[in-house]
Amino acid sequence: MVSHRDLFSAFFKLGLLGFGGVAGWVRQIVVEERGFLDEREFAEWLGVASILPGANTVNLAVMLGDFYKGPSGVLAALLGLLLAPILILITIVSLFDQFASQPDVSRALGGAAAATAGLVIGNAYKIMRAIRGDFRAMIVAGSTFAAVAIWQFPLAASLAVLVPLSILGFAAFGRRS
Amino acid sequence: MTPSNSMWGLLVQLAATFALLSLTAVGGANATLPEIHRQIVELAHFMDDATFAKLVAVAQTAPGPNVIVISAIGWHIAGLLGLGVATAAMILPSSLVAIGARRTMQHFSASAPLSTVKKALAPIAVGLMFASGYVMARAADHGGLTIAVTAGMTLIVARTRLNPLWGIAAGAVIGLASHPLGFAF
Repeated sequence: MVSHRDLFSAFFKLGLLGFGGVAGWVRQIVVEERGFLDEREFAEWLGVASILPGANTVNLAVMLGDFYKGPSGVLAALLGLLLAPILILITIVSLFDQFASQPDVSRALGGAAAATAGLVIGNAYKIMRAIRGDFRAMIVAGSTFAAVAIWQFPLAASLAVLVPLSILGFAAFGRRS
Repeated sequence: MTPSNSMWGLLVQLAATFALLSLTAVGGANATLPEIHRQIVELAHFMDDATFAKLVAVAQTAPGPNVIVISAIGWHIAGLLGLGVATAAMILPSSLVAIGARRTMQHFSASAPLSTVKKALAPIAVGLMFASGYVMARAADHGGLTIAVTAGMTLIVARTRLNPLWGIAAGAVIGLASHPLGFAF
């Protein structure tokens, strides 16, 4: 059974590790390390968390906290997620001017950022394996990627078009897989 | 510490601004950044462009979800209280929506239409995640070496269950070593 402490510690780790964004770490911790959700559930929950307002990681923390422990679970997950980043943020704000102008620091951060991009792509690939056999899902995933990354349409507008189309597509070609 | 009257006014204005932004922030703080800039710099004149850009950069440097850019803005405008009020205002309304959505989903979990909707949203999340990775890789791209780091990390994560911290640390070391080795970075 998942406890308040489990929720807090999982999201504390996520907050602490997520340099350059938490997107790559969420699946790593929620699916691989803690087993809160399986691959397919994770993809579905992340889908819901992504179209709701707010950061998808924050929404996922809220939804998992509420699922396991109700409102107090939400608080545990959110506190875990935000505590370390906010303390580090305050420290960096105070030191920023000396800190970011150091060429060594910016080179190290540049290399870490390149690796973090790989972490995100690798995790996206792992989620994709859960829906790989479904041609409808592959078309929707490909269109979403093209709209947002290649053509760079505004996110809200892209979702306003893609979400209804995807739902229609899945409803029309239902029960195939 | 008891806030003065003008401080109360400021906090109320912060709370109202971010509570409203919270409900429109599909895609999170990064996707909403232009609107946050309009509200904070152009309409409310809380800070100038340079300060806003610096706070965004600081928030990117810190770990954690991008929503902490709001914490940084709140901290700059009204100190610790400002940080608390701005962060809570940005998170609370959208979280209530998320809780409502999750409970509705659980309530109707046996319904076929809902299961169709969930199936239809999963590939959108996958596409969005690939898109984030692609945009991050483009932003981090300073030549062949950075592309190699991104590609190598992608392979390691996709093929193994190695702790990704090793890969990120290796990326940082390669970034540090690139200069003495004569690579542009």
